Amino acid sequence: MTDASSILKNLGRNLSAHIGPGMRGSIAKKPMPIVPSDNVAGRTMVLVIAIMTFLSCLTLGAVTLVRDTAATWQTQIAREATIQIKPEEGLDMPDALARARDIAIGYNGVTGASIVDAAATARLLEPWLGTGLDIESLPVPRLVIVTLDPASRPDFAAMRNEIQEAVPNATLDDHRTWVDRLVAMARTTVTIGMAVLALMLSATALTVIFATRGAMAGNGHIIEVLHFVGAEASFIASQFRRHFLLAGMKGAAAGGLGAIIVFIGFYWWSSRNMATPEADQATALFGNFAIGPSGYLGVAVVVVLIAALTATTSHVTVLSYLKTVDATHPDGM
Amino acid sequence: MIRFENVGHRYGMGPEILRDVSFQLPERSFQFLSGPSGAGKTTLLRLLFMSLKPTRGLITIFGKDRSKITRTELPLLRRNIGVVFQDFRLLDHLTTYENVALPLRVRGREEASYRADVIELLKWVGLGERMHVLPPILSGGEKQRAAIARALIEQPRILLADEPTGNVDPQLARRLLRLLIELNRLGTAVVIATHDLGLMDQVDARRMVLSAGRLEIYD
Repeated sequence: MTDASSILKNLGRNLSAHIGPGMRGSIAKKPMPIVPSDNVAGRTMVLVIAIMTFLSCLTLGAVTLVRDTAATWQTQIAREATIQIKPEEGLDMPDALARARDIAIGYNGVTGASIVDAAATARLLEPWLGTGLDIESLPVPRLVIVTLDPASRPDFAAMRNEIQEAVPNATLDDHRTWVDRLVAMARTTVTIGMAVLALMLSATALTVIFATRGAMAGNGHIIEVLHFVGAEASFIASQFRRHFLLAGMKGAAAGGLGAIIVFIGFYWWSSRNMATPEADQATALFGNFAIGPSGYLGVAVVVVLIAALTATTSHVTVLSYLKTVDATHPDGM
Repeated sequence: MIRFENVGHRYGMGPEILRDVSFQLPERSFQFLSGPSGAGKTTLLRLLFMSLKPTRGLITIFGKDRSKITRTELPLLRRNIGVVFQDFRLLDHLTTYENVALPLRVRGREEASYRADVIELLKWVGLGERMHVLPPILSGGEKQRAAIARALIEQPRILLADEPTGNVDPQLARRLLRLLIELNRLGTAVVIATHDLGLMDQVDARRMVLSAGRLEIYD
């Protein structure tokens, strides 16, 4: 045994002999909590809050991911419009394409317009018609890609009318249908996600209510003593709230940390498998699995919200419990 | 200070435990409350402590009609009443010092502002050496003295003691009685509920005797 360890052991023995069993010496400067923490919020409670926070953060992360991806799709689609010109006997296609392009480019909010040339059109049709295709021999519609300024969108109605007057076979597609569908899908996903989040928070609050009621019942003798020494209901509630706030903070922090680790893990996985078909598919659907600063901020908000929700719920439950007890079962002597 | 007028009480649909009880507790008075078991002593103490409402009659406590005292007023009024229970009701996880200081802590006072007072009171009741001991380690008499000290720490206007000498030997009972008499001299009204005739014989004080729910007073 080293000198240091023997000194510490002797010191411990001397202290025990001095203080004796059942004594807490004046060494304990900080007063003992009136409601002992062991009686209130145990590990199970912290674990339940951690799981709820973890699931809430995952839900929020998924919502953020879908919303951001939908917003990206929406922006990409909204940056372009397409003019399609159907072939017709006697129609001078190159001339029609040039006229349509010139009309489009003259509008405010249009940053450019380019004709999809015959070679590019052939490449577009290659999956269906094979290679070596003579595009001129087939009545294939031709396209003009109009690039838009997302900040100031052109007057599509006027553009559509003018193009149709100049080239009757032309149609202008501003991708509005797709954008509307995407917006609707994103909104539905966000609403469902928020509803799930609300359910999670409600379940957390209900768990805290059960735990608080259990803690109140288990600490009835302390509440009784506090009553007859003149403690107000708010004081009694605060004694329970501090434990639940602490349990809520511990559980929420653990759950939030777990969720952040999962997000980072997904991001790392998608980054490492960037070139594989699986990752490409996932990236096409969800972007690169990065939830971004708003997602991490959301996790922090959920953590704080759950800790505050735990403390508030326990406070309200204690007050309502005390009110019921006062009305139906006054403290006895 | 406290007045009962034709007070009656029954629990639920049961028989009436107290019937037409009328009396007055003046400031600085000293009285014993006695009577056989089941006569209604504890119920009367609970009515005095406002943990029960009478089913009939009028109780006036510190100038307020009991029936009109709200839940928020109750704790503030209770701070004028010290209670000593037969079973002490000390909190086992708090030291003697912390138990005695509890009423002050509940009022939101800083520990530094009351430490000296609590230590002085603990010395006065003979627990100066036991202030850092947890209640399970204390003897019955020490627990009783700790409970009395807790009831006295805020210098209440009235002290209600339910069988304060029930768990102690006669010598300690006399010592506790002297403590309560001393407290009464300092200005606190005292009501001692007891079966102990020997204890009552030691003091020439008013006796309130409950019998089958009715109260007789012997001044």
